[in-house]
Amino acid sequence: MLPTVLRCVRPISTSLALSRPVAHFRPHMDPDQSRPVERSITTKLTDKLKPDHLEVHNESHMHAVPPGSESHFRVLVVSSQFDGLPLIQRHRLVNEALKEELSSCVHALAIQAKTPEQWGSNPSLAKSPPCMGGSRGDHTVEEKLKAGRE
Amino acid sequence: MNSLIRSTAKCLRTGAAVYLPRQTDGRVWSASARFLCAAADVPKDLGEMVKKDKVVVFMKGTPAQPMCGFSNAVVQILRMHGVDDYAAYNVLEDSELREGVKAFSNWPTIPQVYFSGEFVGGCDILLQMHQNGDLVEELKKLGISSALLKAEEESK
Repeated sequence: MLPTVLRCVRPISTSLALSRPVAHFRPHMDPDQSRPVERSITTKLTDKLKPDHLEVHNESHMHAVPPGSESHFRVLVVSSQFDGLPLIQRHRLVNEALKEELSSCVHALAIQAKTPEQWGSNPSLAKSPPCMGGSRGDHTVEEKLKAGRE
Repeated sequence: MNSLIRSTAKCLRTGAAVYLPRQTDGRVWSASARFLCAAADVPKDLGEMVKKDKVVVFMKGTPAQPMCGFSNAVVQILRMHGVDDYAAYNVLEDSELREGVKAFSNWPTIPQVYFSGEFVGGCDILLQMHQNGDLVEELKKLGISSALLKAEEESK
């Protein structure tokens, strides 16, 4: 029994991220180097909104774009800076923080902007609706993906 | 001031003759922004487009055939509330419209929803308004009685 368990464990421990294909695995590099847009979004939202809680999810794999794309994101931002602000103003703050990404490589951004109180009473991440293929053959998305790769 | 200059420059590049950005609180400074439609070379006034109908949606695809999950979510939410009579503009058919509405609303993504000429938000905001009951109230202000309200009254 024990030798079988060890054989199962070994492959998992040598892979840093199950979700990424083996071809992209470079053990000598910091894995985050391969997700520049995600890192940039995380940094900017942290700096600008000083969140109590932040989640940045790359949802590109759920859409009609090539594997490894960083074009579709969902962010959950919990910040006291949202206190007293209507939803639209909260979203505008997030959009403003990510202006550069949104005008270059990010095609879609789903936003949940909660105050710490709201997060406390409902700590849940919303789910994005299923893709309906709109990005396929969309030259604007192709340009954005190109911008992301450069 | 800088964003005004940048926005004006951006719209001049895309062919828009007049553009005034929204204030950060979402209120419109000016009633109109113009851009040229490449297909028909006819000036389109976004300010008029968003005011012509009580409910206006800029989306990918059409209500009958949405081409994006987020646009579809907006269509489905409106349908649940019995809102079937609204103006829907397909940005996939018109790249000038697609870029123009983003500049006009100062909002980077599609779909975009307007109630009585005022920008409401995108899919996320509409969904939250639907979930917290605000959408029923906002529709009431437009003189639209939500189907969900009727259903609730009938079940009592």
